[in-house]
Amino acid sequence: MSATGIGASVRRKEDFRFITGKGHYTDDINRPGQAYAYFVRSPHAHAKINRIDKAEAERAPGVVAIFTGEDIAADKIGGLICGWMIHSKDGSPMKAGPHPALAQGKVRYVGDHVAVVIAETYAQAREAGEQVNVDYDVLPAVVDTGSARSVGGEPVHEVAPDNTVFEWHLGNKPETEAAFARAAHVTKLDIVNNRLIPNAMEPRAAVGDYDDGADSFTLYTTSQNPHVARLVLSAFNGIAPENKLRVIAPDVGGGFGSKIFIYAEETVCVWAAKKVNRPVKWNSDRTEAFLSDAHGRDHVTHAELATDANGMMIGLRVHTTANLGAYLSTFSSSVPTYLYAPLLSGQYNIPAIYCEVDAVYTNTAPVDAYRGAGRPEATFVIERIVEVAARELGFDPAEFRRRNFVTSYPHQTPVIMCYDAGNYGASMDKALELIDYKGFPARKAEAQRRGRLRGIGFSAYIEACGIAPSAAVGSLGAGVGLWESAEVRVNPVGTVEVLTGSHSHGQGHETTFAQLVSERLGIPIDNVTIVHGDTDKVQMGMGTYGSRSGAVGMSAIVKALDKVEAKAKKVAGYVLEASPDDIEFKDGKFTVKGTDKEIDFASVALQAYVAHKFNGQDLEPGLKEGAFYDPTNFTFPAGVHICECEIDPDTGVTRIENWVAVDDFGIVINPMIVEGQVHGGIAQGVGQALLEGTVYNEDGQLLTASYMDYCMPRAYDFPSLKVETTETRCPSNPLGIKGCGEAGAIAAPPAVINAITDALGHENIAMPATPLKVWRAVQEVQPRMAAE
Amino acid sequence: MGSGETMLVAMTVNGKAVSRDVDPRTLLVQFLRDNLRLTGTHVGCDTSQCGACVVHIDGNAVKSCTILAVACESSAVTTIEGLAAGGTLHPMQEAFREHHGLQCGFCTPGMIMTAVDMVNRRGPDLDEHTIREDLEGNICRCTGYHNIVKAVAAGAQAMGETAFKQAAE
Ligand code: FES
Ligand code: FES
Repeated sequence: MSATGIGASVRRKEDFRFITGKGHYTDDINRPGQAYAYFVRSPHAHAKINRIDKAEAERAPGVVAIFTGEDIAADKIGGLICGWMIHSKDGSPMKAGPHPALAQGKVRYVGDHVAVVIAETYAQAREAGEQVNVDYDVLPAVVDTGSARSVGGEPVHEVAPDNTVFEWHLGNKPETEAAFARAAHVTKLDIVNNRLIPNAMEPRAAVGDYDDGADSFTLYTTSQNPHVARLVLSAFNGIAPENKLRVIAPDVGGGFGSKIFIYAEETVCVWAAKKVNRPVKWNSDRTEAFLSDAHGRDHVTHAELATDANGMMIGLRVHTTANLGAYLSTFSSSVPTYLYAPLLSGQYNIPAIYCEVDAVYTNTAPVDAYRGAGRPEATFVIERIVEVAARELGFDPAEFRRRNFVTSYPHQTPVIMCYDAGNYGASMDKALELIDYKGFPARKAEAQRRGRLRGIGFSAYIEACGIAPSAAVGSLGAGVGLWESAEVRVNPVGTVEVLTGSHSHGQGHETTFAQLVSERLGIPIDNVTIVHGDTDKVQMGMGTYGSRSGAVGMSAIVKALDKVEAKAKKVAGYVLEASPDDIEFKDGKFTVKGTDKEIDFASVALQAYVAHKFNGQDLEPGLKEGAFYDPTNFTFPAGVHICECEIDPDTGVTRIENWVAVDDFGIVINPMIVEGQVHGGIAQGVGQALLEGTVYNEDGQLLTASYMDYCMPRAYDFPSLKVETTETRCPSNPLGIKGCGEAGAIAAPPAVINAITDALGHENIAMPATPLKVWRAVQEVQPRMAAE
Repeated sequence: MGSGETMLVAMTVNGKAVSRDVDPRTLLVQFLRDNLRLTGTHVGCDTSQCGACVVHIDGNAVKSCTILAVACESSAVTTIEGLAAGGTLHPMQEAFREHHGLQCGFCTPGMIMTAVDMVNRRGPDLDEHTIREDLEGNICRCTGYHNIVKAVAAGAQAMGETAFKQAAE
């Protein structure tokens, strides 16, 4: 392993600009003559718009223009789309209601976009916005996930009279019923997977710019996938053809899924730039982010696990109601379906699984992918019910898991996925050792002497990443392919630019991708620059989410590098007067096999461009190759996380005392960066389990719309985390990478809740397990404990 | 900007005297970002909780979204852009890079400014507990804080050594 190659903890190339305050985030971009946008938002969760009176606001100081849904409609700007078609059990397509970028006739959640005010300054736009008078007829709001289908009253969308988007299922019902019929034991569990608000620290922002000389648009935006944004804005919203629309996603301050989607504000900014013929800038404040960024999770689930007399799992059935909010966001329909149910088999050999998912509309913010997207929800179901089953059956939870682990590969689950490689027992062994499982009873007893309740909880998660084989997702309803692209441009002096369709918003691609190139071409890592996030530079790409940039994005680079090497060998062949087949490439040098004739990479690059040594007819000058890589399978990162916590029974406060994570991510490019991804994921998962709760009241008002009300994890909420890996190579991509970005967020919530329920001896703890909820549970169990 | 009246404000930012006519409502963070185009100081919230906007005013860490620019008249303000003296990274900046204390980088300027202040107040020997408690006012969504805590501890030590060396010289 070289100091900067694959497997080295190379310090990040991108850090210098961030630690010196020289990053370029969207809000740092200012265009000459720009005006500022402020969005007038609905204060009601559900209302008819009778009239919008903007006359007074238009006279306010500094106002340039005010637009409403009528203007959007007049310009035939298409509505926001959902790009994944789900069919119900009966074969009918999902019921997608209209989603105009500015409301037309009706508002459907608090924060819904009613009008945009464009003014000389942001303060002026905001002040004028206060003077836009909207006459509403307020309607009763549909808020609760569990009862959305039965509340009656006016539905959120006409197309869905009972607020049902689809009734979907997966698995084999008769086989599952049969398994339950012969079960020795059935474990039942009701679960709420709490709604989360993503809260990337950089709020969303957009600068729309229009060049009237060229009749072309540029949109600077906080996006995880600028090419997908361009495609949608062009093909569906009809802003401009793709050759007249450039989308730039510069430095982006975290995404976690919330910046995948194509939102109203960005769409309106780029459209309005032409209307006012000036750049239009919008920057979300935090309250707007709470109201209008797509939220995550929000499932209500009943699950049952059937086991036989030997403690082997024989069947799993799950019914979930998933709240998709007021509109179908970009990928919302895929999250509680194909990103969820196919993971319900967990790491276990469960021969029969059947899952039903009913998706509902409510008068709440749209719900879409948030770190893990469907897989945390699935993992929470399986890892909670497995823990409860172990307790009911009197098994040690580690032992119960181990006897049901999948141990041979490939393993076809009853729910689509074919696991290709893994060693779940190895991760479990290592995790047990790291947490000193044997010492736990002594630690528990010691805590008891201090009046504390100590618990230990497991989570043996699996996820499907490296999203995804295009044909496979196409057959499941995706509107796009999920390949990735790369272009390797070798300059005449031997330095290299890699253009990638992946997008980095904290993941460190400028370093990890450069490590790959540095190792492969034998050139210093500083000679490699990674270019991303600009549709004028990178031709096409699918962006970063679903832990796909290592497994898919880097595989595309490998393919392009293969082509570069092949061409470079031809050039070297001409220079060294040998057949390309006799040329070997190693450590940055081309050598004629069995001789000492050699030439280094930089010299070959120069020869490729001066083109003196070969006839341009036989070999084209230049050294630049592109590739598209379409994966052949999902990848299956898996691991074991163990959480040890202590509860103060007087206050209900839960403290995490120990955390061990042992993950199998396949081949790791940069261990330092991978560990960082795991830390961050765990923090988000712990946030879900202990702190973060989204609360709408019955009128659909978001009560948790600031950092005073929505509890973000802080540094003091965590102990030092022990993060290690095991390794089985992923067989389905050239680098053997599985992906690591979402693992922590997927693994952590059940580990925490399993630890708390272990400490309490009480299974009914809903997330977030706030001190109040835990204290109440303590009150219930204490008399019982005292009696024992 | 109701009446459109402006006020002249003058202060020192990163060692340079600056003065601008501003809307009296202008927050320091807006003054830095919009008037001076020092965009390293970030805005992550509207309730003074995230700490992305922390700068030093007369040597003390302050959330620049909580103070009006005109209230900083005649003050000396240091932002993240002014921390690296003469092109050499501050030890705390180095420590964040060395220990992977940042991912997306958005919280980082505020974290670093807070951490430097922590060392100025408490000295270079910071234990993990103290660091975690003192970071209460800074939110990071990416790192899980693990490596930030490591970076602050190491940066504090390095600041101590630098101070020691300077004293010895
Ligand atoms: S922007 Fe100042 S604390 Fe959040
Ligand atoms: S590094 Fe992204 S918020 Fe801290």
